[in-house]
Amino acid sequence: MILSNILIWFVIIPMLMLAGLAVCRKMNQIRAVMVVLSTALLVLAGYVCVSFLELRAAGVQDEMLFQGHWTWYAPLNIKLSVGVDGISVLMLMLSAIIVFAGTFASWKIDPLPRNFFLWFALLSMGVFGFFITIDIFTMFMFYEVALIPMYLLIGVWGTGRKEYSAMKLTLMLMGGSAFLMLGLLGIYWHSGPGADGAAHTWNILEIARNNSISTGWQYFLFPMTFVGFGVLGAMFPFHTWSPDGHACAPTAVSMLHAGVLMKLGGYGCFRIAIYLLPQAANDLAWIFIVLTGISIVYGAFSACVQTDLKYINAYSSVSHCGMVLFAILMLNTTAMTGAILQMLSHGLMTALFFALIGMIYGRTHTRDIRKMGGLMQIMPYLGVCYMIAGFASLGLPGLSGFVAEMTIFFGSFEHADMFHRVFVIAATCSIVITAVYILRVVGKLLLGKVQDEHHRQLTDATWWERLSTVTLIVCITAIGCFPNWINETIQQSFIPIMKNLTAAI
Amino acid sequence: MDITLPILILAIPIAMFLILGLTGMKMSHKMAGVLGICGMGTTMVLSYIVAYTYFFSSGSAITADGMSMPFIVDGVRQQIQMFDVTWLSWAFERGTLTVNLGFLLDPISAMMLVVITTISFFVHLYSWGYMEGEKGFQRFYAFLSLFSFSMLGLVVATNIFQMYIFWELVGVSSYLLIGFYYKLQSAVAASKKAFIVTRFADLGMLIGILILSYYTKTFNFIDLTQAGGPEEVFNTIGSGSVFMGCSVLTWALVLIFTGGMGKSAMMPLHIWLPDAMEGPTPVSALIHAATMVVAGVYLVARMFPLYLMEPASLDFITGIGAITALYAAVVACTQIDIKRVLAFSTISQIAFMMVSLGVARPEIHEGLGYMASMFHLFTHAMFKALLFLGAGALIHAVHSNDYTAMGGLRKYMPITHWTFLIGCLAIAGIWPFSGFFSKDEMLSAMYGYSTFWGIWMTAVAGLTAFYMFRLYYLIFWWDENPHYKHHTPHDAPWQMSLPLIILAAVSCVAGFIPFGELVTWNGEPYHIHIDWVGVAIPSLCVAAAAILLATIMYRKKNSLPDKVAAIWPGLWTAAHHRFYWDEIYMFITHKIIFNGICSAIAWFDRHIIDGTMDMFAKVTQKTSYAIRGFQSGSIQAYVWWYFLGAVALAAVTAWAIL
Repeated sequence: MILSNILIWFVIIPMLMLAGLAVCRKMNQIRAVMVVLSTALLVLAGYVCVSFLELRAAGVQDEMLFQGHWTWYAPLNIKLSVGVDGISVLMLMLSAIIVFAGTFASWKIDPLPRNFFLWFALLSMGVFGFFITIDIFTMFMFYEVALIPMYLLIGVWGTGRKEYSAMKLTLMLMGGSAFLMLGLLGIYWHSGPGADGAAHTWNILEIARNNSISTGWQYFLFPMTFVGFGVLGAMFPFHTWSPDGHACAPTAVSMLHAGVLMKLGGYGCFRIAIYLLPQAANDLAWIFIVLTGISIVYGAFSACVQTDLKYINAYSSVSHCGMVLFAILMLNTTAMTGAILQMLSHGLMTALFFALIGMIYGRTHTRDIRKMGGLMQIMPYLGVCYMIAGFASLGLPGLSGFVAEMTIFFGSFEHADMFHRVFVIAATCSIVITAVYILRVVGKLLLGKVQDEHHRQLTDATWWERLSTVTLIVCITAIGCFPNWINETIQQSFIPIMKNLTAAI
Repeated sequence: MDITLPILILAIPIAMFLILGLTGMKMSHKMAGVLGICGMGTTMVLSYIVAYTYFFSSGSAITADGMSMPFIVDGVRQQIQMFDVTWLSWAFERGTLTVNLGFLLDPISAMMLVVITTISFFVHLYSWGYMEGEKGFQRFYAFLSLFSFSMLGLVVATNIFQMYIFWELVGVSSYLLIGFYYKLQSAVAASKKAFIVTRFADLGMLIGILILSYYTKTFNFIDLTQAGGPEEVFNTIGSGSVFMGCSVLTWALVLIFTGGMGKSAMMPLHIWLPDAMEGPTPVSALIHAATMVVAGVYLVARMFPLYLMEPASLDFITGIGAITALYAAVVACTQIDIKRVLAFSTISQIAFMMVSLGVARPEIHEGLGYMASMFHLFTHAMFKALLFLGAGALIHAVHSNDYTAMGGLRKYMPITHWTFLIGCLAIAGIWPFSGFFSKDEMLSAMYGYSTFWGIWMTAVAGLTAFYMFRLYYLIFWWDENPHYKHHTPHDAPWQMSLPLIILAAVSCVAGFIPFGELVTWNGEPYHIHIDWVGVAIPSLCVAAAAILLATIMYRKKNSLPDKVAAIWPGLWTAAHHRFYWDEIYMFITHKIIFNGICSAIAWFDRHIIDGTMDMFAKVTQKTSYAIRGFQSGSIQAYVWWYFLGAVALAAVTAWAIL
């Protein structure tokens, strides 16, 4: 029975959300459905996380736990295969937290609340589906499921040049998908026989075990998959959908997009590009190190002169997500662990940022930092939260960003050659540039004199906004203060990937 | 002694921060103040117990692993890790690198515990009067607690990474406290500047730590500094690696010192400290005079055995320190804002400590420079905090930071006057005040290393006496400000006066502490003896001469200062503008980095990268517009295309066959 697999519930619950929303008519019913089911997702993710750790503690050594396989298109051997390792568990946790917080952040969404949440639920189904599957075709399918709702969510509920941005975002990501599809098909045709006797397999574990893709093909497929996922990971020069897309997206969509969807890129990069194509990863990593290294510094410098809050954050995301891909390409356990930590950290903190920006925008009706000032006096709660998010972003110890960045730097510094050293030191410079743009925004937006006297009547956060932000802040602080269990869970999940990589040198 | 006290010393301030930070808004001012003061008072008492036990009992400590570690072995004070828990561990092919959080008890950390908690407690008490009725009173105490926690965590760090963690935390506490009056644009700008400049310096420190840990695979101070530890590692791995003419270890140490240069406001990273005076005065006393700004000195002292391996890095420290000391002393002579005079004086005094560390060698008076530097750190913390708190009382009374609004205050504010005078005498190095002893030891160490630096620093000491007494006379003598008739200044309330009196008392007697018995570079007691003929009397004469000069120039209102300034008007103006360092930085950051690099990149992104993407879309769109004419729906046109196609196909086929 398919439902007895716990992981499949990550897809079932969003489906229930869809079904529930389909019959709802009143705003309260919609909210009830969303709150109950997003809480259920959070509980489920927590439960899976705990049982995963317990199983590992009990000495279960399988690479992926809670596995299940169901064929759904036999001629091409396409299966719904699920299974999680430590990294996917943490990603599921992250997604559940952000869906939960996003629900509360869009408490008063207008117009068409029901349709908004329908697409929102579909998007989260795609995200969860992506993280639980280990069949690359199904994975790709969920990936597309997550991308398409974005178009409507931005196009309908967005602000500013929303049609343009929605189109741009969708087309660029679809372009990436086209590369990705090519790469995945190539991997499939060279995957070697599956465990069930079929000629080819889509299963990640089996492909990795077969390791039968020739070096020549790897050289061709690696750039395809890496660029395909890299577009979503906002890699230079394919990042320009991000500023426009984020700027126009409604709050919860920005949260989910920057918080989780961009992580799909990083996750795919190591799960498919690095794990399945280790030879090419070793040989071609330098090209992408150059690109992602540029991303880090370039994104940070660009963020320094933006005046729109969302643009600042979008460029900051380019820089931080660049760090994720950069660290993955360092191909050693510590740096890659840092990459995952950075995904978690960036996910939580950007979600917090976008939630706060949405809340501020909802009150002031502007996102231009030149037109705002002294908001700390008017809305101290939101102001303090914004500062915490900012400190997390600039890597203050005790918050998640610091742990992630340090793990990345110390991991990356393990490469002793001049090329790596230069890029690592360039990447470390981003901590100063980040401080510059974060403090610039904080100084202009929150501190100083009240810029617009009309803002004095504005109110501070409501209970749902507080709930949404507190959830995220608690997680950020928890990772920042007690990072080691997460760190060890991730490190341990990298063992098979590292084995593949070192075997390929 | 077991681990209870160390844990409490760290736990109480952070608990206070959380309590006041989360629930402070609902508390009355009185409640928050009492809570903060009691918390810090308890921490102070506990620190005293720890320091007293460590220094004066011959017992031993029970560490977290249940080991009994004696404080003194063969007459050498030991470094004891009270606890050291793993916070993060990174796996590498060449072994794991663990980041621990712990509590290292050794002479300098015990001394720093005393300094930090004492000053912090008096500042807490003083703020109760100074910040009375201020909006955000609870927030102020919360931030003070956060700072105290971070600073305590920094000094007891067992490893350099823990130090870096708390290093960043003190940076952010400093940011929050400088920007306490966040409605003022100047305070916001100053706090931002302080954070970014120190962040830039911390980048150097981070890279230094990266290099160091790459070779040694440890962060732990004891492992790093013990004989045969990293020395061996660097001799095998490091000596072969030379980068741009210096060994890798020198690079690592100099880069780590860069972090110290930022925090301790050494040139050229000193520009944030004068601006940081925008913060409330108690904060300036605590953070920007006594504790945080000496973190750089502490850092070098902590890693001193490592620095000793590369004398080039110590020479670098000496050079930077000596130049900074002179520069800051010259600038201090021309400032109008009394807090800025004190700020430059702080820079100059910290530079003194740096030079003293830089000239310390085991073979010169058995590492006297190290001991003297720590001694001066201790005495300086006391008298500089006293001076700042005195300045706070003055500002509280006349509501201005400039000495032009003061003058003749000795009659109105006797307590402040006498305590300030003691502070000035101490910093000028007059016997028997505490500054005399520590400065004398430092100068002995410098003369021992090289006469050049000895004379240089004696001159700086003379300047110190001059500008301090210039300040003293301009505030308390000179000419009485006519505004006093409307608003008579008076001494501050007891919460503010009490710390002044106690700190003044400490400044009088602290010099007689047998410091060499307690704190030395290798833990072996050292007997202080003052070199009266060679160092003490000459430096006393210089100080006395400088004070005499200040008395002549500033005791009564006269035109002599203007005449002196007019001798070299260029020099005076340049010094008054702090030799234009701020302008240079402004030019680099705003004109070059901000307008030149950032704007250019943002433009490039929007127009070139994004333009290319848009161009693809446009080309596709244009192409489809262009070719959509073929899909006209007209049958005749289709037939024509069909016919033409058939002919073309026939022609191609015919050509191929023939």
